[in-house]
Amino acid sequence: MSLLDSPKTDTLPKLLQRNAEESPGAPGIREKKRGVWQTHDWAAYRDRVRDFALGLAAMGFTRGDKLSVVGDNRPQLYMAQLSAQALGGFSVPVYQDSIASELVYVLDHAETSVIVAEDQEQVDKALSLKDRLPRLRWIVFDDTRGLWAYDDPMLRSFESVLEEGRAYGKANPAFYATELAKGGPDDLAMIAYTSGTTGNPKGVMLSHRNMVASAESFIEVNATKPGDNWLSYLPMAWVGDAAFSLGMTLAGKLVANCPESPESVQRDLRELGPNAMLAPPRIWENMLTTMQVKGDDASPAKRRVFEHFRALAERCELKRSDGKPLTASERLGLMLGEFLVYGPVRDQLGLRNARWCYTGGAPLGPDTYRFFRSFGINLKQVYGATEASALIACQSDAEANPNTVGRPMPRVDVKIDDNGEVMLKGPNVFVGYFKQDEVTRETLVDGGWLRTGDAGFFDKQGQLVIIDRAKDVGKLIDGSAFAPQFIENKLKFSPFIREAVAFGHGQPMVVAMIAIDMQTVGTWAEKRGLPYTSFMDLSRKAEVAGLIAGEIAKANATLPDVQQVKRFLLLNKELEADDAEMTRTRKVRRKFVAEKYAAVIDTFYNGGKQVQVTMDITFEDGRKSSLTNDIAIHDIERHGTARPQPARQAA
Amino acid sequence: MAGASARRAVAAEGDNQLVVEGVSKKFGGVVASQGVSLEVPRGSIVSIIGPNGAGKTSLLNMISGFYKPDTGRVLLDGQDITRKKPSDIAALGIGRTFQNIALFQGLTVLDNLMLGRHVRMKAGVLSSVIYWGLAQKEDIRHREAIEEIIEFLKLQDLRKLPTSALAYGLRKRVELGRALASDPKVLLLDEPMGGMNQDEKEDMARYILDVNQERDMTVVLIEHDMGVVMDISDRVVVLERGRRIASGTPDEVQRDPKVIEAYLGANRSGGQP
Repeated sequence: MSLLDSPKTDTLPKLLQRNAEESPGAPGIREKKRGVWQTHDWAAYRDRVRDFALGLAAMGFTRGDKLSVVGDNRPQLYMAQLSAQALGGFSVPVYQDSIASELVYVLDHAETSVIVAEDQEQVDKALSLKDRLPRLRWIVFDDTRGLWAYDDPMLRSFESVLEEGRAYGKANPAFYATELAKGGPDDLAMIAYTSGTTGNPKGVMLSHRNMVASAESFIEVNATKPGDNWLSYLPMAWVGDAAFSLGMTLAGKLVANCPESPESVQRDLRELGPNAMLAPPRIWENMLTTMQVKGDDASPAKRRVFEHFRALAERCELKRSDGKPLTASERLGLMLGEFLVYGPVRDQLGLRNARWCYTGGAPLGPDTYRFFRSFGINLKQVYGATEASALIACQSDAEANPNTVGRPMPRVDVKIDDNGEVMLKGPNVFVGYFKQDEVTRETLVDGGWLRTGDAGFFDKQGQLVIIDRAKDVGKLIDGSAFAPQFIENKLKFSPFIREAVAFGHGQPMVVAMIAIDMQTVGTWAEKRGLPYTSFMDLSRKAEVAGLIAGEIAKANATLPDVQQVKRFLLLNKELEADDAEMTRTRKVRRKFVAEKYAAVIDTFYNGGKQVQVTMDITFEDGRKSSLTNDIAIHDIERHGTARPQPARQAA
Repeated sequence: MAGASARRAVAAEGDNQLVVEGVSKKFGGVVASQGVSLEVPRGSIVSIIGPNGAGKTSLLNMISGFYKPDTGRVLLDGQDITRKKPSDIAALGIGRTFQNIALFQGLTVLDNLMLGRHVRMKAGVLSSVIYWGLAQKEDIRHREAIEEIIEFLKLQDLRKLPTSALAYGLRKRVELGRALASDPKVLLLDEPMGGMNQDEKEDMARYILDVNQERDMTVVLIEHDMGVVMDISDRVVVLERGRRIASGTPDEVQRDPKVIEAYLGANRSGGQP
């Protein structure tokens, strides 16, 4: 029976109430503070949510009102969201690293009346915007540090709201229970703003039904257990964090653990050893790089042991995925390796207790993927969208594979329309875009089918494969298909390439702008005694251009001839969300980049060897400056003949 | 950044927590200080400025007991501390940081901070070894105090790293933490922003203001960045060649013709870096 069938468990705050009644003393949410993991059990969690809700009510917050949270993952910010929902309001989490001008759009569009801010930094941002937010009434802060000089009447501390709530509760003892019972599954739970690769962010309205259904189906596929630990370190404004840290933990009685600070995540991860882990490909790649760097620093004997068992593990993993049996000596070797290398490495990474790990949001390089699998880490792919309450498809343990994203979630129908676009229908499909009916009608079609905007297909085993954003798939001048993300991902599998943007639609050939990875290229240069001062300096070195040309040639070898990158340049700055070149979730805003670098693209195709680029740079504090210099354009020489690859290489 | 004007009022006129009365110090033929006086009101931030060799650090050294003045007195809350040992002065409530960072390179951030707290620890060697009863309780209490400082200075991710592995700006922050760990009433900071970039300076200025306001500490500061000094100080004292040539509010000092001539340059009004 679904949780949604009972009026006692059909909203997120009701699930919290259930947990507090059924397992009051079991851990509910934890945060690392002052170096120690501090636990709120379910009863304490509920009490704080209730008191904060009562405090909000006393401050005039009522059904349909919106509350925004902004900050790093903190229990208080999760609690505030549930409090708003308990009163029939909804939460609008926003990205904590947004600059003020981005925040003002979302907060104004969402009609936020209460902002719950983590600390002084966020309070400063909120205060600087308050004149442009006519509906804003309160700014509540959690961390009081540095706020002694602030006397704005809008400001209140989290503790003072709790206190007011306790007094309000004494005067109105039945209030909270009554308000909680008024809520139903079709009430809105949150508006998640998608960072949007085009134009302004859109507010995705998600109901409690969406959130609970999504959580239930994921729990079903992965057999989570009450008390499982989950590290809540992904941005709170991203729907994935809400789906896991609120939806999944409440529905499955898991424990959300908030790290001490964004800088200490890696350390906290190791200390905690969560039972499950979700991370975008970048984090998996970083883990691998860090480990390789550490490996290189080890003594020669240790290094040889590591290399030996790593090679053995990868060989066995390849055999296993091909369905071939392992020899007795290989099995013995793996057992020894488990003791000497694999176990300790998993422990170092903080993945010793992880029964499953997911990667999603972008494709992960097959080498990286194979490495983690071969070391006994159950890494699988997941595919989702904000409009689908985070989850559309995921792989089960038996079907892990770097090329697909798995099967549709239970109770979710997925189909491919005539243009190759992935569409789905199910209880997790969102209600609509907030105040954007036009766009909603374009996205939700034929009685509830959601258009994901992704091009994909089902392989022979019935697993979904995603190729690219449907609208980005274009054609070269000769009419052959051009999928830029597909090519970019091949390029980004190189550890030296951090970002790549490919162009080719309506053009005779494929070209790419590359941003190097400062860390790996920097190390590479140091090893060769190549001096450099900055990212820009490094990008201009001829040796680095040679290195990247080699990496592109490697990627080209896996692409059909017409899809191969023929010319490229190295950007002299990284692509940045602050410069609007990327979204906050680090997706390239293709159209914007194409406009910004129009001169570059022209030069690519008129055969020029150099182009002058003027770039505007936005600093973290909002200051702007511009930068003009010449960037060289390089040609890729053909290395042998490329083998044409079949389509299953996609994703 | 909240300027000095936004802060709560400094204690009433005349309530000086720290008073230096006409101290002089000579090293052979070199005169480091010549009859320098200084009044530090309770709860204030007082900056000492002056060109190199003006005797700023010497003055701090005489306050904290590293140098004994040839003449003159230093009073903390009315008590004469001129002839006391540096360790006794620290125990009485004067903490300080050093221009060239005095941390144990091989020890972790946490251990350095715990060492900074040493003057507040009472348990003896024997009871600490047995680690029972009072000693244990005390240890936990001190650790809590250190954790407060770690949180205050945002050092959470660095706790277990040796200080030698830290960047310069971070070491300066740990150095401040070490001084805070002794729970001083008066904090002496010797060029806390020397060698820092603009962002690090802004952070440090904010920490100093927070220390002053939230932890109720009186601060005496030597700093070369005039922008910072004029922004955060309640009073500024100007030294030149071992003598005090001016003192007053930042505004008064900036207008003082002697200061403009001697230090800020004749044709500059000063104030901004």
